[in-house]
Amino acid sequence: MSPERLSAFWVYLQTGPLFWLTLTLAAYALAHALARRARFHPLVNPVAIAVALLVAVLSLTGTPYARYFEGAQFVHFLLGPATVALAVPLWRHREAVRAALLPMAVALLVGAATAVLSAVAIAWALGASRATMASLAPKSVTTPIAMAVAEQLGGLPSLTAVLVIATGILGAMTAGPLLDLFRVREPRARGFAIGLAAHGIGTARAFQEGQLVGTFAGIAMATNGVVTAILAPLLLGWLR
Amino acid sequence: MVHDLLILLSCQLAGEASVFFLELPVPGPVIGFLLLFSICLVRGRIPAGLETTAPVLLSHLSLLFVPAGVGVILHLSRIVEEWPAILAALLLSTWLAVAVTGLVLARLLPNAASAPR
Repeated sequence: MSPERLSAFWVYLQTGPLFWLTLTLAAYALAHALARRARFHPLVNPVAIAVALLVAVLSLTGTPYARYFEGAQFVHFLLGPATVALAVPLWRHREAVRAALLPMAVALLVGAATAVLSAVAIAWALGASRATMASLAPKSVTTPIAMAVAEQLGGLPSLTAVLVIATGILGAMTAGPLLDLFRVREPRARGFAIGLAAHGIGTARAFQEGQLVGTFAGIAMATNGVVTAILAPLLLGWLR
Repeated sequence: MVHDLLILLSCQLAGEASVFFLELPVPGPVIGFLLLFSICLVRGRIPAGLETTAPVLLSHLSLLFVPAGVGVILHLSRIVEEWPAILAALLLSTWLAVAVTGLVLARLLPNAASAPR
């Protein structure tokens, strides 16, 4: 095959979503296989690996993010229906939720306020800009909610998406050992803490500790999304 | 499968519509999530099919975060400029949220098998 044909094919591929969509799935499949080989060690995080691989490919080929996203948007779009689908595990475990309703409500309010206020306070103390602070505030909640909250606070939604994912990765890597350190062994409390602080990526990690841990992580992720969406604008209206 | 997707997307659409017209401070999919949960409550069961579709969608939740994560490429200069504040805020605040939430809930849960007294 001549180099001309090859580069013509490359140009042709850039006109549709197929190539970058396929590459996104391939990068994730490779990252997932690596994580499995490492027996799902928390430090071998599939999201971090897939993102690093794709960033490397985009840089090497000089592809703008907007063109990549034209293909990847089909995966990204599923975050919306996936958020709606969280109602199913919540419904399935409604008895366990009802039994721990009041303790969870207290932990949720305290945890949500801690996550939002401490992020902004630490960033402020270290001289971060206003837009960065507003983008950091909803870092613990799932991407679609966090992006909407950041926009309301005067932050940058696309920066928030990155910070949310970094939070999920860091949380998934470190929450388990941290909870061990504080001797929190109750599976419901462990799951709820991981899901509240590290949303979907933390929840995916929590399911590797066990079904009950994962379920409570899912509940914390879903409820913290709602609470932070209401709480953050009330606490941080002054940031705008 | 078609029917299940239709339910999920309809809930999301209804959520987006209520956010738009009622000017709610919450994203559309969250209202859609509450709507689907209310439907389950009213009908006393999960709409047929969703029982299997929802876990499929949720089992590779990590994948869905990848396209947004690649967006880091757009913000490299801001991140390089403000990285000490950003990294400290992410790490310390995440640790605080994990520890505070875990400790509060472990203390408050009834008949927790291993709760320290």
